[in-house]
Amino acid sequence: MERREFFRKSIGAGLAGGLAFFIGRPEKIIGTPYNPDGPLYDLVAVKGGEPELMYEQAIKSLGGIGKFVKKNQTVVVKPNIGWDVTPEKAANTNPKLVAHIIKSCLEAGAKKVYVFDNTCDQWKKCYQNSGIEKAAKNAGAEVVSGNAEGYYHEVKIPKGKKMKKAKVHELVLNSDVFINVPIIKHHSSSDLSLSMKNLMGIVWDRGFWHRNDLHQCIADFSSYCKPTLNIIDGYRIMMKNGPRGVSVEDVNLVKSLIISTDMVAADAAATKIFGSDPEKIDYLRIANEMNIGEINLGKLNINRIKL
Amino acid sequence: MLKKLRVVISLLFFILTGFIFIDLGNWLSSTLVNKIVFLQFFPSLLKFLNILSFFTCGFIIIILITIVFGRVYCSTVCPLGTLQDIISYLSGKFRRFRIYRINSFSLPSNRLRYTILVITFFTIPAGSLVISLLDPYSNFGRIVANLFRPVYISGNDLLAVILERLGWYGLSRIGLKHIDPGSLLFAFFVFVVIAALSVSKGRLFCNTICPAGSFLGLLSRFSLFRFVFDEDSCTRCFRCEGSCKSRCIDSDELTIDMSRCVSCFNCIESCPSGGMIYGIKHKPSKKVHNVDLSRRENIKTGIGVLSLISGLSLSAARDSISGSGINTTVPVRKKYPVTPPGSFGIEYFGKSCTACHLCISRCPTRVLQPSVLEYGIEGIFQPFMDYSASYCNFECTVCGNVCPTGAILPVPADEKKQLQLGKSVFVKENCIVEIKKTECGACSEHCPTKAVQMAPYTGKIKIPVINNIICIGCGACEYACPVKPYKAIYVDGNPVHLVAEKPEVKKTEKKKENGDFPF
Repeated sequence: MERREFFRKSIGAGLAGGLAFFIGRPEKIIGTPYNPDGPLYDLVAVKGGEPELMYEQAIKSLGGIGKFVKKNQTVVVKPNIGWDVTPEKAANTNPKLVAHIIKSCLEAGAKKVYVFDNTCDQWKKCYQNSGIEKAAKNAGAEVVSGNAEGYYHEVKIPKGKKMKKAKVHELVLNSDVFINVPIIKHHSSSDLSLSMKNLMGIVWDRGFWHRNDLHQCIADFSSYCKPTLNIIDGYRIMMKNGPRGVSVEDVNLVKSLIISTDMVAADAAATKIFGSDPEKIDYLRIANEMNIGEINLGKLNINRIKL
Repeated sequence: MLKKLRVVISLLFFILTGFIFIDLGNWLSSTLVNKIVFLQFFPSLLKFLNILSFFTCGFIIIILITIVFGRVYCSTVCPLGTLQDIISYLSGKFRRFRIYRINSFSLPSNRLRYTILVITFFTIPAGSLVISLLDPYSNFGRIVANLFRPVYISGNDLLAVILERLGWYGLSRIGLKHIDPGSLLFAFFVFVVIAALSVSKGRLFCNTICPAGSFLGLLSRFSLFRFVFDEDSCTRCFRCEGSCKSRCIDSDELTIDMSRCVSCFNCIESCPSGGMIYGIKHKPSKKVHNVDLSRRENIKTGIGVLSLISGLSLSAARDSISGSGINTTVPVRKKYPVTPPGSFGIEYFGKSCTACHLCISRCPTRVLQPSVLEYGIEGIFQPFMDYSASYCNFECTVCGNVCPTGAILPVPADEKKQLQLGKSVFVKENCIVEIKKTECGACSEHCPTKAVQMAPYTGKIKIPVINNIICIGCGACEYACPVKPYKAIYVDGNPVHLVAEKPEVKKTEKKKENGDFPF
């Protein structure tokens, strides 16, 4: 059971992607600089459609899921399944989006797709009431619990300032591809819960993050863990009383989606869609200073798709 | 043939009644669980006294059955009885234990068992402590929940790990949570006593201690169907006396003490000549003498006191938690423990709960844990909401749905969401935000009603602020609070449960959609 460093994986994926571009000879996009060494865009933002359609459009403009998932690879899809509430409360990722991502990975030739989360509420109820377990199983994924400490193994976080080590779920450590699928929502502790915050669900001891400067720990962990792809669900957005929400009145129907390999950029875009300023969110600012990603969206090559 | 039938029925009840405590996969609905425990004598009686409903008439059915057929309850429905039979049977397979088992007629311990029976019934209005300690169903429940369940869970997890190594994640790990040493020790003590008695003395517990047995024995003394000798066919081989677990057959005098007979049909099975009959025949029963068993009583009391003392010291040990990292300094002193939702409050709950640990076994978040002294000695082993172990899931009503005695009554989910079990209390000196001036907010994050909100404090960081009018005392805040050893936010119980107000629901203003991206 090897432990793989995410740095190696992401560079490898980037190189593989770049190589595929050379071989595949993509069309030149007018007005946008063509970068043969990485994905076509740094970030794709879609709005105005159903989750499945928005995802299809976004992933197509990035060169297709085949750029990120190769034949016979194992994929772990990590949605937000944190809370024992139904999909309309928008505390968990939209099950339709999760199911569609799973299907798309399997169509790309993935050997196995796993789904899990280290939930906050009781895990069986979260998995059930969020609708994600059923949708994921129907789409062909293996749904696994995140609930027992034995699943988590210690890793070192060399760049961490407050967090030097953590216990990470073996599915993330052992899979070839890690797809991070958070939902945009207000969060009472960290202001917003987005892709970097979603990574809290792959570690065992979340209390450590709360005890030792939450924002710094979110940034520290993101210095270690770089998912292959971040797909942020902005279809329904919980605008207040997050992360659990009190009623459906907390939720706005926004119909957006963001995909990026850069968590900081993705989160910055999601923050703006929510209506806040990314520089005001401490963990984003810190992550940008630690060079984990790019907070300034003006510097990035962004594809904006309106449906 | 009757014995075989008895064995089959008793195993059925035993397996079902045992399974409800180890139903890890939640295969049984609460309704099914209710049906399984419906006929347990004391729980049904207590539930009837609590809610006076037709649906709690299990014990009446048992009384009627006993009047007609004798104490068949003790050989079929009662799981502790079947447990004794199983232990007896297994010990018979080993020569080492067989020497202890010489069944022969013994005199009844009427003074002891009827004293216990009177004490049991007279203390019902005052509380359920005596029933809790003596009720066979509750003792069985504690044995399964505290002794067998952890073993079962460990076995499940071991199997899960093996299957995962082979690539199959279908069996999920459960994990052991918060094993309470006091409760475990007492269950172990009872199990050892019951086992020892059943190896050497058959159903002695059922005929001396068990108040259900003593009560039903009063009825079976006059039962319609009885065991009688057919004096013409009897060859005086004494096999029946040797097979009698209750040691109530006197084959010299050809009498059977029906008040102690548990209707197991072993005697009929053992008789080679048809000399024992189970039927409607009356023979005047001879008087049997009482035996002074005070010495035995004293030993039992001594053991009881010792186990309580060990329970006390273990409960103290449980309260201290090892700290790591920064240590909080202000101890948490709760005025009242928190009782489960649907239990109305400490007084009602304390009177009706027999600490069978069924709710503890079925609680999905495992917040219900056995108490030792949290309720005082009179509430020993009764469950309480242990918010250091877990918290109460917002919409869950399992405990009230399964409680056999009605100590926790079923509450509809909507009402349960407003039931205030306790109120949260903030201890600023223990809070990370105050000590380290960094963001935390774990308490507010988990609060299902947002009774705990984060308000601006110093600089950019926010500190918890509680609105107790909408707090339901579910303990999510206390459970989530990451500091050790003393929490910065905890729930102090309401001795009588109250009703919280619904959280204010404000519509979110929708932003003007202008169709452009904000970047």
